[in-house]
Parts: sequence; C-alpha cells; structure tokens
Amino acid sequence: MKEFTCIICPRGCRLTVDDNMNVTGNTCPRGKQYAISELTNPVRTITSSVRVNNRDDLLVSVKTSGSIPKGKIFEVMDEINKLSVSAPTRIGDIVKKDILGLGVDILITKNID
Amino acid sequence: MRTVDLLIIGGGSAGMAAAIQAKKEGIDDILIVERDEHLGGILNQCIHNGFGLTEFKEELTGPEYLSRFVKQVEELKIPYMLNSMVISLTKDKIVTISNKEEGVLEYKARAIIMATGCYERSAGAIQIPGDRCSGIITAGTAQKYLNIHGYLCGKRIVILGSGDIGLIMARRLTLEGAKVICVSELMPYSNGLNRNIAQCLNDYNIPLYLSRSVSKVIGKNRLEKVILTAVDDKMQFIPGTDMEIECDTLILSVGLIPYISLLDYIDCPTSSTKGAKVNEHMETMIDGIFSCGNCLHVHDVVDFVTDEGRLAGHGAAMYLKDQLQKGDAINVLPKDGIGYVVPQQIDRNNQEDVTFKFRVRRPVKDMNLIIESNGQLIAKIFKPVLIPSEMVMVKLSKDKLPLLGEEVSLRLEER
Repeated sequence: MKEFTCIICPRGCRLTVDDNMNVTGNTCPRGKQYAISELTNPVRTITSSVRVNNRDDLLVSVKTSGSIPKGKIFEVMDEINKLSVSAPTRIGDIVKKDILGLGVDILITKNID
Repeated sequence: MRTVDLLIIGGGSAGMAAAIQAKKEGIDDILIVERDEHLGGILNQCIHNGFGLTEFKEELTGPEYLSRFVKQVEELKIPYMLNSMVISLTKDKIVTISNKEEGVLEYKARAIIMATGCYERSAGAIQIPGDRCSGIITAGTAQKYLNIHGYLCGKRIVILGSGDIGLIMARRLTLEGAKVICVSELMPYSNGLNRNIAQCLNDYNIPLYLSRSVSKVIGKNRLEKVILTAVDDKMQFIPGTDMEIECDTLILSVGLIPYISLLDYIDCPTSSTKGAKVNEHMETMIDGIFSCGNCLHVHDVVDFVTDEGRLAGHGAAMYLKDQLQKGDAINVLPKDGIGYVVPQQIDRNNQEDVTFKFRVRRPVKDMNLIIESNGQLIAKIFKPVLIPSEMVMVKLSKDKLPLLGEEVSLRLEER
C-alpha cells in the first residue's frame, strides 16, 4: 500500500493505492489515473522560460505540450536552456518539436508584442 | 477634470474580471488603471501551471490564464491605462493618477473598484536578527528576476517560509541549476498547498523543516550563513537546536498582505483580513467604493480572485444603475476556530445568494461548520479536513436570509 498527495489540481487529495492498484481518497477520475501513473511511470509537465533574442533583459515563458518522464526533467531543462526565440511571440507557438524524442513539444505560453 | 462612471484601480486578475463583468452588465464608461507595463498583474511572472481548473476546466500557466482575460478586455473595448499609478483618492471618488506621458491627472468617478493586489512581507517586517548583508530577498522578487529577466538570485539557497510562492520557487530555482538546501517553516505545519509540497519539494528531495526559523543571518557583504533554530509552541527559539547552513541567498516566503495604502486617504474601515471591510457586493463602508481580489483578502487560487472580481463588477454595475437599495446591515462574525470571513456585512435588502469565504485558524479534522444567528441554527455543514492555507467557501441561499437577526456567526464545532 502506498500513500501520496495528488498534484493534478490545487485540491491536493491524499491518495492511497493498495497492492491490487485500487485507488482511494481521490475526488475525481484524474486522481485515480495520477495514482496509477505515479506507481508505474511517474510523469511531470515542465514550465520554464527561454531567451527573447530581440529584446533586452527579457524571457518568454514556455511549457512542455504534455507530460515527460520524471527522470528526464533535467535533460529536458538542459535542452530548453539552449533555445531562444524572437518576438513577437504567440501562445501555442512551437519553439522545439519532439524534444529529446519524447513526443512532446516546447510551446510558448506568453504573448509578447 | 475628466469623468468616468467606473474606475478600476489595478489591471490584474481581479480588476480585469470586474471590468469585464461591469461591461457585460451595461456599464460602458470604464477605465482600468494599471501601474505595470502590461495587464495581468502578478500572473505575468507565475509561469508554472495549475491555474484555471475551476474557471476553464483546464490547467493553464499564469500567462496563459491572464491572456484569456486580456483578450476579453480587448474584444469588449474596455479602456485601460498602463504605466499609470494612482497616487491618491477621495471619498468623493476623485482619483489622482500619475504617468510619464501625461504627468498628473485627475478623474472624477461615479464608482471605484479597488483591485490593487497584495505585497510580500519583507526581511524588515519580520526583523531577522544578524548582519545586514546582500542576498536576502523575497520569493516574488526572486521569481521576477528569474522568470521575466533571466537572472538566478543565488547558487546555494535557503527558503524561509513554506507559502506557495516559496515552494514554487524551490522547484524553479532547482530546475535552473541552483541548490535549494532546505525550506524552513516557523509554524508546525506548512502554509502551502499539499500538491506543492509533493511536486516542488518531495520530487527534488528538498527537506522541509517545520517549527524552525532563522535565528541569525551572517555575512560581511554577501550572505554567508544562516542559523536555523527550532522553536517551541510559544514560537521561542530552543537553545541548543541550532543548524548552521552555508548559503549565499535567503529567500523569504513569509506571507502576503493586502495592498491597501490608498484606503488611508478615505478612512476606509478594515477587517481582520487586513483588507477593507465589505458587504456581500464587495462594497466597502465608503459609498460606491468596492474592493476585490488580493487587496481584500489574500487568495490561494486565482480562479477565486476572478470570481470575486466579477462579484465586485456586478456590485458596481448595480450601484451605477441605482439598483442597490441599502437597508440595515447584518454583521457577519467569525467565531470559534474561524480566522476571518468575507463579507463582514450583509445588507438586509439583499436579494441574492451570499457566499461566505473564510479561513480556519489552525489545521483541524472532522468538524461541523455552524452558521447561526440569534442562537438559531441556520446551517450545519460537515468538513472532514480544514487547513489555514485553503480558503473555504460556503453558500447561504437567499431563502435563509430572512432568518438572520442583527448578526450571523460562523464557528467550528467538533462532530
């Protein structure tokens, strides 16, 4: 049996998973999914920022388009830190496709004119 | 002097929501005054995700969340003024604004909504003993340096206070290559959301020390060491429990305070939230001046700030349309176990459901929330878990309002 805190939303439910992968303590279906993923293949979404070439002293925020394996977080961060963009930027613009072959893209999350 | 029907001070989440709501209710002559160079307020630097789950049923980053409201402000053609600071206001709703292009200008408004947000408690405010060296900054400042401008504030970092911004920054600084040595919390429990302890600290093996605080900072020019000392249940340092930690930066995440210095100009009564005292329409005790968002009480979830902004926008729209017929006030009182309740008053003539928002004083389990008036039980609601870091909302149906006497109180009782 394992206990942990659900991170899917700010509610932060206390989840319990028994040896047969039965989940209790969740208030929504996503909690159940999270609990099982956490025990089999824990994943996280990463948010960070990248340099804006044509602006002084300014970064633009980015995120992974989906979850990546927890163990790959720092490798993905290294890749993100090599990226840069030019303004204007639009939410949803792809900065890097299929980062490290993980099947997720790095997307812009902020409009800069 | 220029005139405007509704002047909104602050273009963050609360101010934008208030403006959008008022506009939708037929108020056309609106002006949002924002001191920063963008709308959106603090969300501009909150690049992590977790916003919008209530509002949009999806998980957004701060800039994504705010952009949806900026878009509506633009589409509804609501005027806003950036890089502009409100420097004073009067009870007659004359607002003095300063900006670079026009200098000092005055507006006479028919209604005002305060949506000025909150500020962080600083090193001075908590009187940290020791040297006055560099390397001690608030979590929000560290966040702005890192997320907007790209500067890492230090390499070996201790975080004091386990509020959400501190936890979020622990992860963010770690991802950018800094070593976050630990988070130290004065209280015996964390003030952050459980999910943030899980995903920001546990994921990166950052220890959280409870009932432990900084007893001394040491450094000649830059910070060199902090001493973390355990505290007893009276918050006094316990001799012999010092931990000496070498670090170059101390980040403070020790609380947020509603930013209400403008209220001093109008002698506006405040409440135990440290924000203005308001009624169910978010109207302060000064006629036609409303308040919402973090300048009213500090929220933990932006979706609720947006909602409160709409409530104030609705209230101001009714006020401007002469639909607020004021009657006697019913006082709302926080009693056993309840830290504060918003609103602090309900108008006897109110025709709408009222939502009480409150925080408990300390973490508790298996409690009944009792709402009563004149010794009569109005509502009894079971709450399995209540913690101070999570604001609770309870709706009181308008049918129950005639049952209320001169005051209504909220308290906790063991089940």
